Amino acid sequence: MSKQSIPVRKFDAVIVGAGGSGLRAAIQLSEGGLKTAVLSKVFPTRSHTVAAQGGVSASLGNSEEDHWHWHMYDTVKGSDWLGDQDAIEYMCRMAPEVVVELEHFGMPFDRTDEGKIYQRPFGGHMSNFGEKPVRRACAAADRTGHAMLHALYQRNVRANTQFFVEWMALDLIRDEAGQVLGVLALEMETGEVVAFHAKATVFATGGAGRIYYSSTNAFINTGDGLGMAARAGIPLEDMEFWQFHPTGVAGAGVLITEGVRGEGGILRNSDNERFMERYAPNAKDLASRDVVSRAMVTEINEGRGCGPNKDFVLLDITHLDPATIMKRLPGIREISIQFAGIDPIKAPIPVVPTCHYQMGGIPTNYKGQVVSPDGTPVKGFYAAGEVACASVHGANRLGTNSLLDLLVFGKSSGDSVIDDVKSGAIALKDLPAGYAERTMARLDRLNTQTGGSNVNETRLDLQRTMQKHCGVFRFKDMLLEGVAKITEIEKAVAKTEIKDKSQVWNTARVEALELDNLIEVAKATLVSAEARKESRGAHVRDDAPDTPENPNGRDDVLWHKHTLWHREGSRLSYKPVTMTPLSVETIALKTRSY
Amino acid sequence: MDQRERINRLRWRCTRRAMLEMDLLLGEFLEQQFPTLTEQQADAFVVLADMEDLELWPLINGSQECTDAVQGEVLALLRNVRVK
Repeated sequence: MSKQSIPVRKFDAVIVGAGGSGLRAAIQLSEGGLKTAVLSKVFPTRSHTVAAQGGVSASLGNSEEDHWHWHMYDTVKGSDWLGDQDAIEYMCRMAPEVVVELEHFGMPFDRTDEGKIYQRPFGGHMSNFGEKPVRRACAAADRTGHAMLHALYQRNVRANTQFFVEWMALDLIRDEAGQVLGVLALEMETGEVVAFHAKATVFATGGAGRIYYSSTNAFINTGDGLGMAARAGIPLEDMEFWQFHPTGVAGAGVLITEGVRGEGGILRNSDNERFMERYAPNAKDLASRDVVSRAMVTEINEGRGCGPNKDFVLLDITHLDPATIMKRLPGIREISIQFAGIDPIKAPIPVVPTCHYQMGGIPTNYKGQVVSPDGTPVKGFYAAGEVACASVHGANRLGTNSLLDLLVFGKSSGDSVIDDVKSGAIALKDLPAGYAERTMARLDRLNTQTGGSNVNETRLDLQRTMQKHCGVFRFKDMLLEGVAKITEIEKAVAKTEIKDKSQVWNTARVEALELDNLIEVAKATLVSAEARKESRGAHVRDDAPDTPENPNGRDDVLWHKHTLWHREGSRLSYKPVTMTPLSVETIALKTRSY
Repeated sequence: MDQRERINRLRWRCTRRAMLEMDLLLGEFLEQQFPTLTEQQADAFVVLADMEDLELWPLINGSQECTDAVQGEVLALLRNVRVK
C-alpha cells in the first residue's frame, strides 16, 4: 500500500486507548466542544481498568479527619522520594474534586448510612504525615474499576465521543519540528491503515505488564503507547520500576491473594522446607510483599525451586482442614484448579512473584503534556494513566493511586488540549511528506518475511528473559546477561514471520505488531535497571544492600534522579526529581520504613 | 465473513479481555473445545464471549445461575477447562 492510498480522517483530538484515563480525557474534550476520536483495541468497557478492585483514594474525610497534604506525604513516601512533588501535590489536591465528579457521572460508590461516599482503610494510607491509618479509599464493592469504566463510557456516549473499536494504533505521526500530528492506525475488520490527523494526540494505552512471563496483566497490556513513543524518538522514563505481587500462579500469573497466607498458607521449596523461617523468623510467611518476593527468588536462584525447571516455589495449604478451605478460600481453590490444575486441598499451589504494575512511562508534567528531557512540552502530544510517568508513583505506587491517576491526569490532559487548541498553541498542520513510510515498511516487511522467527516463541523468549534477568530481585551479572539476551531477541523481533498474509481479521499480524511494542519496553526496562546501581522502591538489587550509609540500599547522592531511556542507541540520560511542590514545603528525603 | 475471519475475530474477543483469568480460560476453550461444539453450542459460546468479564465470571463459577439450556451446556464445559 502506498502512502497516497492511505485515507486520512481529521479530528481536533485523537485519543488512543479507552480505559479509565482515555475515557476521562475524552469527556473533557467532547464536552469542551472538540471533535474527538477514541481508538481502542477492544470495546471500552473491556479495558484492563476493570481489573482494579481496590478503590480510588481521595481525602474526602467522610469517615474521619483527612487532608490532601497527608495523602501527598503518603504518596511521596510510597514513591521512595522518586515521585515529582509538584505532580503529587496536584494529584492529591484534585482527588476529592475528581471523585465527586465521578459520583455525579453516575458512579455507584458504596455509601455510609448518611449517604456519603463510604471510605475504607488501605495499606499505606495514614493521617497526620504517617501517624496512624486513615480511611481514604472509595470503592464500589470489589468492582470499582468496572463501575468507573461504565460511568465514564456512558458520559462519553452523552457527549458524542466517536469510538473506533477494534482498531490498533501503529505509530505516531511527527513532523520535522517534532510536533505530533496524529497516529496511523489499523482497522482489524478490514486490514485498512488510516491516518488520524489531529491537533492533539492523547496516549492512554495503559501498561506493558506482558513483558514478563508471570504477569497479572491481561493480554491486552502490550505497551503499545510506549512502543510508538519510543519509535518516534520520545524517551521513556523510570522504566526499571515495576510493582510485583509475591504469589501469582506459576505460568498463568493469576493472583493468589495474601489472604491465603493469612489463613495459614506456608511457602515451601523443593526440599519441602518452610524457607520463610530463615528470612523472617518472626513474621515468616506473613512478612511484607517485598521480603517474601525476594526470599522466593533467592530460593529459586539457589536451586531450591520446584518443578522440572526449578522455577517456582509452593504455597501449601494441605495442612488446613478442607472445610476451612471450602469455607474461607473457595475462590482460591477454583482458581488453583482451573489455572494450576491443582486442588489445593490435596497438593500445594506453584507460585512465583508476578508483575503487576508499571510505574514508569512516557514523561509528562502534571498537566498531562508529554515533555522533552528539558521539560518543554512536545507540541500536540499528551499522555495519562499507566502509560504516562507524571511522575506520581516514582519508585513504587501507593495502593488506590492508580485509579486516581487515571481520573486526575485524564482530566488534566484534556484540559491542556483545550487550552492549547484555544490559545492557538497547536493547530492542524499539514501532514509531512512520507509520514507513513516507516509504518508501511514495517507492515510490508511482515507481509514478505520468509525464513523468519515465530511470533509466539519470540514473545516467550522475551518474557522468560525479563522474568529471569529483571524480576522482583535483581543481580548485577544477571542484569548484564539480560541486556545481552534482549539485544539478541530484538534481532528475532525484527525478523518475525507470519504465515497468514490476509487483510481481514489477521490476528497474527496484530500480535506481531504488539511484539514490536513489547520489545521496546523490555529493552528500556533492562537497560535502565542494569544502570541504576542502587535499591529504591520496587527496584531492589542484591549488590545494593541495606547499610548505615545507604538505608535499604538507597543512594540519594548518586541516584536520586529520573532515568530516561532513548531508543536510538539504547542510550540513557537522567533528569532531576522535582522536589518543589506547587504550594507547600518540600517533603524532605528520609528513609522509607513502614 | 469466512470461517477463518469468524474464528480470528472470536479469538481476538476471547484473548483480549479485561481480566487475565478470562483471557486464559476463553483462549484455552477456543483452542481445545470450540471445534467440537455443536452449531447451537458454538452460537451460545459467541453470545457468552460477548458478555463482559464480570457478567460472565459468576456464570462460569456457578455463583449465578444461567437460565438458557444451551449456554448452560457451554458453561459446564468452560468450568472444566484447565489452563496449562
